[in-house]
Amino acid sequence: MTGILLLEQALNGLQFGLMLFLLASGLTLVFGIMDMINLAHGALYMVGAFLTAWLVQLTQSFWLGVVLAVMLTAVIGMLLEATLLRTLYARDHLSQVLATFALILIINESVRMIWGSDLPLSMPKALSGPVELLPGLRYPSYRLVIIAVGLVIALLLYLMVTQTRMGAWVRAGASNREMAMAMGINIRRLFTGVFGIGAALCAVAGAMLGPLLAVQVGMGENILILAFVVIVIGGIGSVWGAFVGAILVGFVDTLGRTLLPMLFRELFSPQFASAAGPAVASIAVYLLMAVVLFVRPQGLFSGR
Amino acid sequence: MGSHDYKTPFWVWGLVLAGAIALPLFLHARGMDFYVSMLSRMMIYGIAACSLNLILGYGGLVSFGHAAFLGIGAYTVGILITEGVTNGWVGFAIAMGLSALVAAIIGAISLRTRGVYFIMITLAFAQMIYYLVNSIKAYGGDEGLNIKQRSDFGLGLDLKNDVTFYFVVLFVLVLSLVLISRIMASRFGRVILAIRDDDVRVDAIGFASYRYKWVLFVIAGTLGGLAGALMVNHQNYVSPNLMHWTQSGILMVMVILGGVGTLTGGLWGALVLLILEDVLAEYTLHWQFYVGWFLLAVVLLAPKGLAGLIRRKSTRKGGHA
Amino acid sequence: MRFPVIKSLWTVSTLTAMACAPALAQDKVKIGFVSTLSGPSAALGVDIRDAFMLAVKLNGGKLGGLTADVSISDDQFKPDVGKQLFERYVKRDKVDFLTGVVFSNIMLAGLPEAVNGKTIYLSPNAAPSPIAGAQCTPYFFAVSWPNDAYHEAAGQYATNLKVKSAYLLAPNYQAGKDSLAGFKRFFKGNVSGEVYTKLGELDYSAELAAIRAAKPEVVYTFLPGGMGINFIKQFMAAGLNKDTRLIQPGFGADQDVIRAVGNDMLGVFDTAHWGLDLPNEANKKFVAEFEKEYKRLPTIYAAQGYDTALLIDAAVRSANGKIDDKEALIKTLKTVKFNSVRGDFRFNTNQYPIQNYYLREIVKDGQGRLINRIVGQPLLANHGDAYVKDCPMK
Repeated sequence: MTGILLLEQALNGLQFGLMLFLLASGLTLVFGIMDMINLAHGALYMVGAFLTAWLVQLTQSFWLGVVLAVMLTAVIGMLLEATLLRTLYARDHLSQVLATFALILIINESVRMIWGSDLPLSMPKALSGPVELLPGLRYPSYRLVIIAVGLVIALLLYLMVTQTRMGAWVRAGASNREMAMAMGINIRRLFTGVFGIGAALCAVAGAMLGPLLAVQVGMGENILILAFVVIVIGGIGSVWGAFVGAILVGFVDTLGRTLLPMLFRELFSPQFASAAGPAVASIAVYLLMAVVLFVRPQGLFSGR
Repeated sequence: MGSHDYKTPFWVWGLVLAGAIALPLFLHARGMDFYVSMLSRMMIYGIAACSLNLILGYGGLVSFGHAAFLGIGAYTVGILITEGVTNGWVGFAIAMGLSALVAAIIGAISLRTRGVYFIMITLAFAQMIYYLVNSIKAYGGDEGLNIKQRSDFGLGLDLKNDVTFYFVVLFVLVLSLVLISRIMASRFGRVILAIRDDDVRVDAIGFASYRYKWVLFVIAGTLGGLAGALMVNHQNYVSPNLMHWTQSGILMVMVILGGVGTLTGGLWGALVLLILEDVLAEYTLHWQFYVGWFLLAVVLLAPKGLAGLIRRKSTRKGGHA
Repeated sequence: MRFPVIKSLWTVSTLTAMACAPALAQDKVKIGFVSTLSGPSAALGVDIRDAFMLAVKLNGGKLGGLTADVSISDDQFKPDVGKQLFERYVKRDKVDFLTGVVFSNIMLAGLPEAVNGKTIYLSPNAAPSPIAGAQCTPYFFAVSWPNDAYHEAAGQYATNLKVKSAYLLAPNYQAGKDSLAGFKRFFKGNVSGEVYTKLGELDYSAELAAIRAAKPEVVYTFLPGGMGINFIKQFMAAGLNKDTRLIQPGFGADQDVIRAVGNDMLGVFDTAHWGLDLPNEANKKFVAEFEKEYKRLPTIYAAQGYDTALLIDAAVRSANGKIDDKEALIKTLKTVKFNSVRGDFRFNTNQYPIQNYYLREIVKDGQGRLINRIVGQPLLANHGDAYVKDCPMK
């Protein structure tokens, strides 16, 4: 019985971690290469979710809607980069914080003005039932698909970063921007491209998580902070670090959320256990980050 | 950064203070006590922003967890009042003491890091405190804590009266500003500014920059706790939301908006942002949209914040903006 | 950050007018309406608002003979925003009545403002147990039900079915605690799990895994609004509807959830104080008018909002428009008769209702739509609450 519970929770942790990875990878590249703190990254995740919900309704096809939304979000991301964000690279981190904070407000309200404060998004009918993984464990098929999508994208990203020329530019830019520019890499186009990819990844996460959570204005703020924690743990500028960090955080958060309350419920009242358990689980994630920062301040796999 | 080469003439301060004293009396006479209460709230945020400016502006330390000190101050006073300890002197003293203690601990650990890592670790501590307080259901948890009365300072002061409360807040605000200005004018302050510009060099000269930064961090945290104690009094309510990272972000926005590293930048930033919000909220549901554009304009057009704008106009003849 | 204010079509208030003009309250009844109008649980606040305004409209824009000046605001599901809105309505706008809040935590944050400002709050939904008991106040009227009630009825239903084991789930706030306390009060079987989730939680994968491991006979959850929608969808996706049986209070099985979840809701049993098919005249008119005006079926929330407007109408009329005397108005509210959509209505001494609670089943109606239909005799008849004895009010 506990075996099944652990397995199910491990799968949940993996699913959450992979989605965090999609967000964190874009964030770590932007931070690592362009040295820019982008608080609006979560807003792009939200835009991706809203576009998906809207396009799915329009096209009556889940996957078509997702693909279109991802492409559209990438375009929006690149436009944003080319117009506004480009001017922020030279500025100090504080100005970047203020500007991207302002961007969050603008994007949130724009979405609200266009679509209202939330949009319904359901998982595709075919995936709304369970799959019997083991006798006694019927796991939601949609979550399995999420895990699959996450793993495929992680593989593709890894291949891109290590095997393609663009990937080589990205790694060069992450480790030493001036040198990369001196070597003749078209930095401007690279930056726009990286930002576009980051936006697309956010959109995939938003589209996949939309049916599970709720597509609502402000959904980016909560997950953004965890994404930052992930890239700090993983090492700024390192996609592999983002992967490891995200899976780690995903597991700690999910397992913490079930196992700790269960443990507490043996010792304390259900109401205390239900309050303290998730609190300690959340604190655990930040504690993990603080420990990593202490032991290895540049993160587990530094890109720099 | 020549924030102390430029001295606002004394008579300007006098005028502003006179206005600040006259305004609530005028509003009260028209029966508009609600607006007096609103102004008190803005000043409290001003105190909080100025306390953040100490480490952010003068110290060059980007702390993303400052709201935690507001929360500690607020919850301390809130819990004490709930448990029957309504004496303001005791409550505020304990609130500030606790904030100082927590700042000492957080500072001791965080100040060993630099740059973005400092930002992240201060954020982490703030989040931990947020989740901790959120889980204490005995004092409301995320429903928040209602308190039945405001702090009692004796001296015939009834804090329930909006005008009286306003003057108490104004008094604390002026005191805080005087304190900050004295600190920065002292030798300690000059070392801090030097550290902000180049702390390696300062270490080389022989000042332990870490220790100076730590003291500054503790002072800032204590003032933040003071602001929090005033906040819970003003709202008769506190919730963990006060410590959420977005609140720290808002405080940072206020400091940057007003002008980083200027004495009253935090105050003006708080006033402008909050007044803008309230006025816009009357006219449109989507006020955050307009506030966003306004902030963006400030970043792009007025890089030194609003204070920078004013300075540029006034020091055209000489000195530097 | 501060709050957005949605000006309704019926509102006349402006900043300066309020501040400078002397109180001309006699020809108008000013109402402050604070509710959750955005986010995943917005459907609840929107229903209460729409039904309330429908009642005003059907009354020619008046309540009790006075022009109704209703100002509507969104609490954004945040207690501190709700509190600020209450403060503004009480201190700046000096409204005659406050109403609207869906969630107990927001209402509890705002209520002290109303009480301190001697403004009457009529609750069209949240009615937590502390206010029914030791912390009762004459300025609070629950027009809906005591928080525990639906859950007590559900517990009674489970007892009637001779259920042996039940797993309980609710959000960790006052109403959540009230809900499971109520269920346990009337459920005679074994509680194999009692879990409190974070208020506003949308991903229940962890909780569902734990339920699967516990293998209970019945799962009872109190998850209003967006929380319930997500839980039930994920419950079905995890195949748990094959392993165990879901019983719901009316909050988790009304039209808002039915619209979002769809045909999977067929056959679910739930409990409530009202149903579309209650056979009294006021209800028939209400359901017909609501559907005509808004092109959708009303929920319990709408029924409660409508009743709140009717109560204000009856009380103001009975007071002949003289609503400045708060003490007299409170006395009037306690005893005035009005045609509630739920049938007979009366307040207990703690200003919470005494009424029937029915069993409902989700079935297909003549037009193929899913609706709740009342089944059999009331589970609890003329039922008050367990806290009235702690309230000193008479």
